[in-house]
Amino acid sequence: MATLKLMGIAAATGLAAMVAAGSASAGTLDTVKGKGMITCGVSTGVAGFSIADSTGKYTGIDADTCRAYAAAIFGDVNKVKFVPATAQQRFTLLQSGEIDVLTRNTTRTLTREADLGLSFAPVNFYDGQGFMVAKALNVKSAKELKGATVCVQPGTTTELNLADFFRSNKIDFKPVVIEKLDEVENAFFSGRCDAYTTDRSGLASTRISKAPKPDDYVVLPDVISKEPLAPAVRRGDDEWYTVIEWVQYAMLEAEERGITSKNVDDMLKSDDPNVKRLLGVTPGMGKSLHLDEKWAYNAIKLVGNYGETFDRNVGKDSALKLERGVNELWTKGGLMYGMPVR
Amino acid sequence: MTTDAVYKPAETSKVAFYRDPRIRAIFFQVVVVGAVVALAVFLVNNTLVNMARQGIATGFGFLDKESSFAIGESLIAYDPSDTYRRAFVVGLLNTLSVAITGIVFATILGVFVGIARLSTNWLIRKLAQVYVEFLRNIPLLLQLFVWWDLLRVSAPGPRQAWQPLPDVFVSNRGLLYPVPVWTEVHAWMGIASLVGIVGTYILGKWAKARQAQTGQQFPLLKVGLGLILGLPLLVYLAGGAPTELNKPVLSGFNFVGGHGVSPEFAALLIGLSVYTSAYIGEIVRSGIQAVNWGQSEAAAALGLSKARSLRLVVLPQALRVIVPPMTSQYLNITKNSSLAVAIGFPDLVSIGNTSLNQTGQAVEVIAMVMAVYLIISLSISLFMNWYNSAIALQTR
Repeated sequence: MATLKLMGIAAATGLAAMVAAGSASAGTLDTVKGKGMITCGVSTGVAGFSIADSTGKYTGIDADTCRAYAAAIFGDVNKVKFVPATAQQRFTLLQSGEIDVLTRNTTRTLTREADLGLSFAPVNFYDGQGFMVAKALNVKSAKELKGATVCVQPGTTTELNLADFFRSNKIDFKPVVIEKLDEVENAFFSGRCDAYTTDRSGLASTRISKAPKPDDYVVLPDVISKEPLAPAVRRGDDEWYTVIEWVQYAMLEAEERGITSKNVDDMLKSDDPNVKRLLGVTPGMGKSLHLDEKWAYNAIKLVGNYGETFDRNVGKDSALKLERGVNELWTKGGLMYGMPVR
Repeated sequence: MTTDAVYKPAETSKVAFYRDPRIRAIFFQVVVVGAVVALAVFLVNNTLVNMARQGIATGFGFLDKESSFAIGESLIAYDPSDTYRRAFVVGLLNTLSVAITGIVFATILGVFVGIARLSTNWLIRKLAQVYVEFLRNIPLLLQLFVWWDLLRVSAPGPRQAWQPLPDVFVSNRGLLYPVPVWTEVHAWMGIASLVGIVGTYILGKWAKARQAQTGQQFPLLKVGLGLILGLPLLVYLAGGAPTELNKPVLSGFNFVGGHGVSPEFAALLIGLSVYTSAYIGEIVRSGIQAVNWGQSEAAAALGLSKARSLRLVVLPQALRVIVPPMTSQYLNITKNSSLAVAIGFPDLVSIGNTSLNQTGQAVEVIAMVMAVYLIISLSISLFMNWYNSAIALQTR
């Protein structure tokens, strides 16, 4: 009995310590400024979003989003620490204060906001879940996957969408749930599963970077879910949330106003009052955010506007070659809409 | 001689209560227990308060919500419209099934390895040694990956499945075999074999008593097997010998019907059994070697054959050395089965992880998973302790 009791106490201690750490999280902006760097939770390796190269440098649209925060706060993109988080660890890392912001292709959902105590910033990538199959199967639509075995990673909205899709179409299927991305990809490419499902950007990334022969595989046209991928912070820290939110709007606004990392210095001379406010020529915006007046200038100069980060990481200048699609600016028929910086 | 000479502590030399070692001992124990309890209460309370402040949901209400996720293999009927509670039961049954079959296989394999380690044949002895040293010196997780890769990569796709026997298919979807369609006759067969087991047990008692009295022996093994296997066979024939089979048939992307073992389950079962059998082999070897050589000599002097002296003289004594460390190995199999999550078998931890992520209630889910493993492990310990005391040396 004594051991039983001790184990119970040890267990309670461990769990409590984990959650208790979160109590030190009041005023994240001050904490971040105090320690001189921002800690971002990123994926364990999704090409185009956040992936470490051979030298340990992270690239991807999520990594760049995090760098934009560092640029806005410190004027230095290197003041970031990336913490790779699995799908399962990510929310606990954020809740417990291990990371300041989660920039890790994470879908915004109701339960994640309401039950997990998180707030999601504006979406930085609109995605949708799809399926990849071997071309040899001759499948044209996901609805033909009757009785198929489907490889999927646990702890994601993917697992739920998968079940919902097959349920609503009254098709049988067998999930094979594997925790590590590498293992789930291996399982699919070795033929353990007929189909592999995740966000379509992720499928494109896997197909290009992991398939033995990318042309042997095809991403099916079906989009079975809405996956608005957005950075997340702890709920209840409005000052910090506002910074995270507006750095992203600033990058969208910059693209809309035609400001890029190359021409930002010329733009300082612009007569457009919107540009002047954004770049801090007319002061006030930075002060309101408790940041330097050069916050947006630094983010744009050092990281780029939204369109630049998109093209560089997932778009036409990258290996993934994804279309802008719904991620185009609202002025060009997309969903990306920067709120007015004024 | 008088009894008055017995020493009695002087009642007059009364010390202050705080100098009394007994009272002090009790006092310190109370203080320590109190501090530990207070710490636990503080931490639990702190956790709850913090979670409430951060707006994280707490409590076990989520267990009755719809789980909405599918599970690849299940011993009971389950679909995504069932509750989290049922999903947990599915995971628990999967864990239990792999742990129990693993324990049986590892024990059988381990006993053979242990005896082989002591073989007089040089080749067998050395092979067993290589087996033990090779398996127990490589991390289990790696072994699981190797088994999984082997099963997955070496087997063909479902459409090119091997067919070693009619209606038995081997593919990278697993091993599929036909099962008889369930009828009443099968239920009666189960009852018949139960009757056979009870009959054999009673017969064994009678045979032992008779041998003790008259020295006559009874062919218990043959008669017992006859009872346990023969009775159900008779019932089967009397029931009209139903032959209808539920056969696996390729339909669409996969097989429908029959029963099957997935590559994940097989890899986990083989990995756990083989790994643990190396340890069990060493335990069995040491147990046999712990029995004094004189016992074997005495048995030989009495004219017992080698097999009999092993069965009647050496093993019963060796068991007393073997059983306690064996308990640890059984606990290890149960706990190691949680590595299933790495190779995609939906055990308790895997389903717990998914639930944890969908609901975000890490504290509750992890507490539940821990409690379940604790209960399983304590049950195994209790059973093995009972067994240990049952075979312990009896002083008459």
